[in-house]
Amino acid sequence: MRVAFFVTCLADHYFADAAADAVRLLRHLGCEVSFPPDQTCCGQPAYNAGRTGEALRMAAHTLDVFGGAPDSTAVADAVVLPSGSCATMVKKFYPRLAASPGGSAARATALAERSWDLAEFIVRRLGVTELGDGLAGRRVAVHQGCHALRELRLETEPATLLEGAGAEVVPWEAEEECCGFGGLFSVKMTAVSAAMADRKLETLPDVDWVVSGDGGCVLHLDGRSRARGDGIEFVHLATALWRGVNGAGGTTGAN
Amino acid sequence: MDTGTGIRDYAARSREIIRGDPGVRESVTGATIAFDERRRQGYAEVDADAWRRWAEGVKNHTLTHLDRYLAEAEEQLQANGARVHWAADAAEAREIVTGLAARRGVGSVVKGKSMVTEEIDLNPVLEAAGIEVFETDLGEYILQLLEEPPSHILGPALHKSLEQVQELFAERLDTARDGDPDTLARAAREVLRGAFIHADMGITGANFLVAETGTIALIENEGNIRLTTSLPRVHVAVVGIEKLLPRMTDLAGFLQLTARAATGQPIGCFVSLIQGPAADPGDDGPEEVHVVLVDNGRTDVLAHEHAWEALRCVRCGACLNACPVYRQTGGHAYGYVYSGPIGSVLDPGLLGLHEAMPLPFASSLCGACEDACPVRIPIPELLLEWRREAQEEGLTPWKERAALAGLASVTTRPGLYRLAGKIGSRLGATGAARMLPMLGEWSRDRALPRPSPRTFRDLWREGIE
Repeated sequence: MRVAFFVTCLADHYFADAAADAVRLLRHLGCEVSFPPDQTCCGQPAYNAGRTGEALRMAAHTLDVFGGAPDSTAVADAVVLPSGSCATMVKKFYPRLAASPGGSAARATALAERSWDLAEFIVRRLGVTELGDGLAGRRVAVHQGCHALRELRLETEPATLLEGAGAEVVPWEAEEECCGFGGLFSVKMTAVSAAMADRKLETLPDVDWVVSGDGGCVLHLDGRSRARGDGIEFVHLATALWRGVNGAGGTTGAN
Repeated sequence: MDTGTGIRDYAARSREIIRGDPGVRESVTGATIAFDERRRQGYAEVDADAWRRWAEGVKNHTLTHLDRYLAEAEEQLQANGARVHWAADAAEAREIVTGLAARRGVGSVVKGKSMVTEEIDLNPVLEAAGIEVFETDLGEYILQLLEEPPSHILGPALHKSLEQVQELFAERLDTARDGDPDTLARAAREVLRGAFIHADMGITGANFLVAETGTIALIENEGNIRLTTSLPRVHVAVVGIEKLLPRMTDLAGFLQLTARAATGQPIGCFVSLIQGPAADPGDDGPEEVHVVLVDNGRTDVLAHEHAWEALRCVRCGACLNACPVYRQTGGHAYGYVYSGPIGSVLDPGLLGLHEAMPLPFASSLCGACEDACPVRIPIPELLLEWRREAQEEGLTPWKERAALAGLASVTTRPGLYRLAGKIGSRLGATGAARMLPMLGEWSRDRALPRPSPRTFRDLWREGIE
């Protein structure tokens, strides 16, 4: 399986080690991973702000980089993103955006059809749920990113993989509630956004890690948690899963 | 809109409520989570997805044939002996109701809970005319004593704690300071029973208006609407024109779906179906039934390419209950009668986008509202549409627009993007914050994000083992 890795701008700059762990994990599962060097941002910040023109330009750039043409032979079998939110942008919102003037519907649909969130790809495309027992003895809570949960309907995949890596997934009352990030929302409506994070943090059960497949949510929850002095450890799903495969391998933390 | 709203202060007011009155967040979060849990159970007992698709279809059909069904409803209502009045805006609606009250020598009014009478700001003009007005829904009665607007479509006083109501009732109704909810409800009932018996006019909204039969349908749990519509000699129903349903068989489905969405109940404890006045003097029921059909911006919403879908709303409150944004503040932060997710898509249509800013941005777009909505209003997509319009009309801060234009310029030039990334990781968290003014807002409530010491692309170039 040839995988083109779309690191996403956020993971490139804030979760570089987790992104590297995603590459290690994909290789371990038998994928040949490439990294198209001209990739940048999927355009979601502009899309969510209602800046259609900018979002279209950024989507067009991404379509150029990852080759959306259905008959192209140069493309990889799959494009994998270590971010449920950015994967949703490519899979769900590019086709909608492409319906705007200047959009390219055929290319957008072709790319949407072979793009995957990391957990989605491992469970639904590769059919893998057992990764190892490197997380044996770890108690983890899962934060569900809203796009992964409600657009991609990845209701069970992250927890299934964590359990398949030996972890104990502890139920969390606010597991499916939004963390309050929402990109621009977190700086425009900062008090509401922070209160939403508080609700997550206040209901968190006793766990070793909070794990999420969405870097944006982790940045937000970790930033709020550090401001409160909670001492909670946040781990990107890619890193958690790679540690599950590899025991002590990989690194933890928001960096 | 002839009275200004407080919408533009959303960000500041939400901060004030969260910081200054933390009990609101606690009460609203607790109540909405309980409502939402009951809604989930109510949906799980039936094939909710099929019901919701059916309801969406019925509402879409009705809204796209609204002229026909409004005419049919008027004809049927008149045939039933009810009188129909048309109000283009809030002022006309108020004039119609106060005119009726004056003509019938009304000195005292009892009201059922109604969002549209809040929307048209009816109580102040009745009171100015020397009429005594009693809100008879328990939550509304509490708020009337406190002189506060409702905070929620269904539970208008859900932002209040039991202790606050105990204190209020002890002062105003002489109940014990530690009176339990039953005691408090009984005290309110004592007052309201008297009001029902003496009232000259009952004013309600309507959950639905069935065109085929001219039937006004009202759902409630307290029995106050039943009394409001049957005891006084005049009943006035103020009804938004989007409340139409074509047939009685449609109503059967909507009564059940709305109750499940609102509270998880299979059906409301009381359902009142009102066809018209008492047939003969001496029969039970009012002498006169008036239906005031209110537009007040609804036809503008209907004409909007996208926003018209919001008119499917049945005012069940399910989206408010599911919304993590609403839960932090309750409805008052939004500055207008329709708050929460549905308010943020409806208000720009009813009031004009400029007047409703920044509500389309008061959402993290998490999508919980759309999953809860019984008529499948695509609220996140409608929020995005309003955001697009706001951008086109230049209603957003120029710094934001500039930042996003800058992002697009950088991210469509890979060389520039790599350079910016390098600079960012060299600067570290505080340096990057100085370059990006938005991070200043971020750091009011959060520690700054920590950039990776080296970017992924650096790691890739060196080789990932």
